[in-house]
Amino acid sequence: MKKLLSILPLLAVVIGVHLLTSATDTMYYLTQMTMSAYYSLLIIGLCVLMGYAGQISLGHAGFFAIGGYLSAALTTRSLIPYQGTTLVSLLDSAGLLLSGHDLYGEALLVVTPWAACIIAVLTAACIAVVIGIPVLKLKGHYLAMATLGFGIIIYRLALAMEYFGEADGISEVPAFVLLPGVSVSGNFSDRVQNYYIAWVLLLIGMVLLLNLIDSRVGRALRGIHGSDEAADAMGVNTARFKLQTFVLSAVFAAIAGVFLTHYNGGIGPSEAGVMKSVRYVAIVAVGGMAHLWGALLMGIVLNFLSLRGIFGSYDDAVFGLILIVIMLFAPNGILSINVRHRLRQLLGRGKQDRAGEV
Amino acid sequence: MTTELFIQYLLAGITYGSIYAIVAIGFNIIYNTTGIINFAQGEFVMFGGMIAISLLQFMPLPLAILLAVVLTMLIGALIEICFIRWLKSPSVLRMIIITIGISILSREVAVHVWGESIRSLPYFVGNEITSIPILGARISPQVLWVVAVSGLMVVCLGVFFKTTSVGREMRACASNRKAATLCGINAENMVTLSFVLSAGIGALAGCVMSPITYSQYDMGTGLAIKGFTVAILGGLGSSGGAVAAGLLLGIIEAFSVSVVPLAFQDAISISILLIILFVRPQGLFGSKEAAGLKEF
Repeated sequence: MKKLLSILPLLAVVIGVHLLTSATDTMYYLTQMTMSAYYSLLIIGLCVLMGYAGQISLGHAGFFAIGGYLSAALTTRSLIPYQGTTLVSLLDSAGLLLSGHDLYGEALLVVTPWAACIIAVLTAACIAVVIGIPVLKLKGHYLAMATLGFGIIIYRLALAMEYFGEADGISEVPAFVLLPGVSVSGNFSDRVQNYYIAWVLLLIGMVLLLNLIDSRVGRALRGIHGSDEAADAMGVNTARFKLQTFVLSAVFAAIAGVFLTHYNGGIGPSEAGVMKSVRYVAIVAVGGMAHLWGALLMGIVLNFLSLRGIFGSYDDAVFGLILIVIMLFAPNGILSINVRHRLRQLLGRGKQDRAGEV
Repeated sequence: MTTELFIQYLLAGITYGSIYAIVAIGFNIIYNTTGIINFAQGEFVMFGGMIAISLLQFMPLPLAILLAVVLTMLIGALIEICFIRWLKSPSVLRMIIITIGISILSREVAVHVWGESIRSLPYFVGNEITSIPILGARISPQVLWVVAVSGLMVVCLGVFFKTTSVGREMRACASNRKAATLCGINAENMVTLSFVLSAGIGALAGCVMSPITYSQYDMGTGLAIKGFTVAILGGLGSSGGAVAAGLLLGIIEAFSVSVVPLAFQDAISISILLIILFVRPQGLFGSKEAAGLKEF
């Protein structure tokens, strides 16, 4: 309950931003705010994995892409050629298929977005389990390289497979009707609605993770971060907790991928690129690793600026520079500097007193 | 498969393999003195090729290559002095992220200086269509250059580490930094030197391979992944292992072209990396006990 209350100010900010943009006639900012919210959903998931469990992942764009690509492919690629097969007829009898017509009036038989979303997220979770079991036994450089390798494989597959549109990606992805009248789509008229869908999803994710890190699991994760062996000796099942967190963060990434793909109406191979994964790690690092609120704030701010095109052609360079500067000068994140600085100012007198005692 | 085709694939494998081996040795040199995997290793290769191509407008080829190698060494030294030297026992996670940042920054510098176009040095001898017959297969003389220069580099490095006093001091730092410092070796300078050396061999490899594989601003990541695969395969820190593993990976890759589509070629070497990491993280030739003692 306390966690629920702690996000109320954020909810107020979300509504405030909406009112402010509608009052100042700058509603177009809401589009980037919506996209930033989806990216931030991935980032808070990664934050728990990196900051709390202490496991780096340079492959999270891969999970994002698995979610986005699968959902896009299932809802756009027609199943008519396979209509006779048992799998398709099984899906059809379960009411999971949707028939319609494409742009050129040809008959189309596709999976419903809800079913596609569930399939995509489950697939991402399964892949996370299969990859996670061996990968999470590794540490440090090995873990970084293995997850990087996983990300590159996903990128290469997206680029090489015709089913996933090769270099063009998948476009014309239909709207995702969550409930009658509520749908995730890039339609101009749905902008405000989508803004709230994205943010409510992000807030739900945030509450879940805040609860998680304050629970037994959270304490176990911090124990693992501190020392794998010590946590093990204290009776923490380190392998299981690491895997659970890895899968959880992969699910967050996949959900973000599914929703953003429906919102954008398409997905391209650049979403699976190495640079995207590095960018997510950079944002978590700037936010302060074990700092969910910092990750959320930086996720929104940096993604928003990047999507607005503030950094121009130096977009990647900015993120590279941020990574280096933060890791060199403030390994605990940008928020830690301010807090420490302010504390020092506030406690300035107290410190002098203590100095006098010594 | 005919004998000629077999030899053709084999030679292609050896060419790429020797480049991977050089990148892997670059990883090893820095890893041995610092315990850091330098994710920006591939960017040294890129810088070498790109700088040499730019310098070629003003000077003859050998001079351009020499200057490119020296300039890349300076870049290596600069990176170490600016980003690594003054950090006091940083965590592995921090070092990984910093070297990734360096790699991205180097790539962005390259794309803004040289653009996205694919460039290449001219062939050292002859041109694209010059070829030498070997056992029925026909190969470009540049292939011989790549193999010879790589081989020479491995031998020279071996001699350097075995016989010269600086080489011995670097090895001393690698095996026990504290003890080396107590013996009066300046360990910090040895770390800088290891960056300079590994930048230098990377740059030279970048120049020699440029006529065959071309140079582009973003070639570094792919090379770094393959170099790392080779370094792990051969046992992290071992130069002999790197050479053997490099040739092995190059040959596997070359022959895989005849089985799987080209688009999946990268996926193959990465799969090998993943399998090796899962099954034998100490490498094909390394011992499990030694790997257990190392810090990752």
